Amino acid sequence: MTTTSSEQHAVPFWRDERYLQVLAQILVVAIIAGTLYYLANNLVTALAAQNIPIGFDFLRLTAGFDIGESSIAYSRASTNAQALLVGVLNTLRVSFLGIIFSTILGAIVGVARLSNNWLVNKLAGIYVEILRNIPLLVFLIFLYSAAFVKLPRITEALELPGPIYLTNRGFFVPWAEPGDGWSTYRWVLWVGLLVAIVVAWVLRRQGQRTGRMPLILLWAPLAFVVVALLGWFIVPGQPLVSSIPVLEGRNFTGGNGLTPEFMAVLLGLVVYTSAFIAEVVRAGIQAVSKGQREAATALGLSGFQTLRLVILPQAQRVIIPPLTSQYLNLTKNSSLAVAAGYPDVYAIGRTIQNQSGRSIEIIALMMIVYLAFSLGTSLFMNWYNKRIRLVER
Amino acid sequence: MTTSASSRSDVLPPPSERYTLLGWFRKNLFGSWLDALLTLIALAFAVAILVPTVRWATTSARWEVIPNNVELFMFGSYPRDQVWRLWLCLWLLALVTGMLWGVYVRRRSFMSLFLIALPVLGMLFTFASGVWVHYAAMIVAGLAGWALARWRPRLMSSVALVGTLLFFPLVILIIRGFSEESFLPGVATNLWGGLMLSLLISVVGIVFSFPFGVLLALGRQSNLPAVRTLSILYIEIIRGVPLITLLFMGQVMLNFFLPSGIVVDRVIRAMVAVVMFAAAYLAENVRGGLQAIPKGQYEAADAVGLSGFHKMTFIILPQALRAVIPVLVGQFIGLFKDTTLVALVGLLDLLGIARGVLANPAWIGTQLEVYLFLAFIYWIFSYAMSYASRRLEVALGVGER
Repeated sequence: MTTTSSEQHAVPFWRDERYLQVLAQILVVAIIAGTLYYLANNLVTALAAQNIPIGFDFLRLTAGFDIGESSIAYSRASTNAQALLVGVLNTLRVSFLGIIFSTILGAIVGVARLSNNWLVNKLAGIYVEILRNIPLLVFLIFLYSAAFVKLPRITEALELPGPIYLTNRGFFVPWAEPGDGWSTYRWVLWVGLLVAIVVAWVLRRQGQRTGRMPLILLWAPLAFVVVALLGWFIVPGQPLVSSIPVLEGRNFTGGNGLTPEFMAVLLGLVVYTSAFIAEVVRAGIQAVSKGQREAATALGLSGFQTLRLVILPQAQRVIIPPLTSQYLNLTKNSSLAVAAGYPDVYAIGRTIQNQSGRSIEIIALMMIVYLAFSLGTSLFMNWYNKRIRLVER
Repeated sequence: MTTSASSRSDVLPPPSERYTLLGWFRKNLFGSWLDALLTLIALAFAVAILVPTVRWATTSARWEVIPNNVELFMFGSYPRDQVWRLWLCLWLLALVTGMLWGVYVRRRSFMSLFLIALPVLGMLFTFASGVWVHYAAMIVAGLAGWALARWRPRLMSSVALVGTLLFFPLVILIIRGFSEESFLPGVATNLWGGLMLSLLISVVGIVFSFPFGVLLALGRQSNLPAVRTLSILYIEIIRGVPLITLLFMGQVMLNFFLPSGIVVDRVIRAMVAVVMFAAAYLAENVRGGLQAIPKGQYEAADAVGLSGFHKMTFIILPQALRAVIPVLVGQFIGLFKDTTLVALVGLLDLLGIARGVLANPAWIGTQLEVYLFLAFIYWIFSYAMSYASRRLEVALGVGER
């Protein structure tokens, strides 16, 4: 069989590109598989020599350590799996809030860098240049150990209007707690959300039909607020009760307490990432050619209209891909929370590894969690990126 | 971009408005009432931050924590009688930088800037006696490199490039040393520390990840499905997880992967993790360079009858790598900042040393001073490197061909 084909080509098989390609691939795969096999073999031998078993059964064992903050029920007696889940949720919480706040702050600073106002422009420039050139870890540790831990003790709390109390044991802020009317009021909020979505959809259709796009971002939230306010007066009982932190003895009761660890990590991630997002936003706006702005002005659009209808839709397309990678960075950087003592998935994974000695399983789990976060974020942003492309054309 | 400097200078600039100080204020700070409001808010903000900071820094700050520990900060527990080797590395750095400057930037004004910056940077290294001799040597080396490059630009441009490439492995050799009896007695990696360790980890990270990164980038572009899939898998997995998990893996698992009997110390383990990490990012940067090469270059190479290997080494890679040099400098800066993470796995880099100093009872409560100093050092280095990379970008004419 091979003889006939080589006779046909009059090329010996060792110079035939099709054979060479297959051969090269087999060679590469063989080398990599061999290396992996060698490493895995060493690993198994080493583990067997130290009597360390492999398997995920340790997840069902009792964790036996406390976690500073948790959004689900957790105690010393919970299992390792629950402890890890607490870590995953804590990572998600700080990343999610971080992404939202850093986008807002970054957009503001990015626009400020393009301001005609000399002072605002320069201040934003200094902000970006300082933050972009220092390591996040140094910034985080600085925030935590040089600022937040050095706040006054709880009995001498720093009081801000609100009242918000700043102490070295955390921030205490007023909060709203569900009252007796909450169970019905909850449904009103859902209805409000539904109304807002319908309003957005109708306005969008109208905008596409008439070519005059209404301010959806203004009207849809307004619809929600109107429904929520109406519900507030119609629903019997008090839907939400305000709860104000009060110092009782050596601790605050009422309100919402935010730990200094969480605040340091959140603030650190937000401020640091916002400097990078500011650069992304600035580059995006500058990428819109000058003629577009001039043409919009020539057509008689106002400054705000120019921004909303001409500049932003075009800048958006340039901004979204680098913004996605900033979001991914923020999520991965949240693993530095361990430096400020915030119990994220990495910190808890390390504690479990210390206690059970199951390094391989813990590292595999941590990597899977972060890969899943990264994949989730980039899938969402890619979907959004595609959507804005389709809508604009 | 396309307007060159010469043609621009032929045209006179439009007559500027006649500015008075008050006019400038009105135009740039108080254009409208909104502008004035913004100015006042920004001013209040700046004053509210600056005044207490300056007051603290000049009165109650205990800055003596820095000069008292500066040797620790700079090179950790590196044997004090061997410190001259670090200075030797800095002389070489000055020489190479001077040559590169002479070849690529040429302008004398920048050279003088560099000569001022060098001792300032050097000042950070130690306040010990005899330091001025080293600064003088660095300045002489820098000037000599620059003069050499101006004397024989053509010859020196290749010497400078080769020198730059050889510089990094040479530095590692000088600092690491050889056997005990030799001229350069070996210094074990567990004695490396401080800023020196931070710089070395990032240098090792970039230098050793370079071949892997280029191979991965080529693999990702390859039309062999098995090679491509493996490359993509590696790159995407590494880029999807935080560096700290890789460092952690290196610390607890690397010795398990090696045959029994071979044990590597913590610094090497961290370096392996950093190299693995950097290779994936470097591959993506190089891929960007490869994609920037016009398709005609590939086709032309095929048409001349070059083999795949020759096509890559003679036509594609030289152009692609040249285009990504500024990006690689950027990656190096990022890596330099990321090396702080090794402090979290117990290494004594600049941050690790800082934590050690703060644990010393004599210096308790000086977190602000120490971390501000750290931030300042990182800032100076990163900013200087990104400034140099911008100059290099202009000098190499990236994006103009």
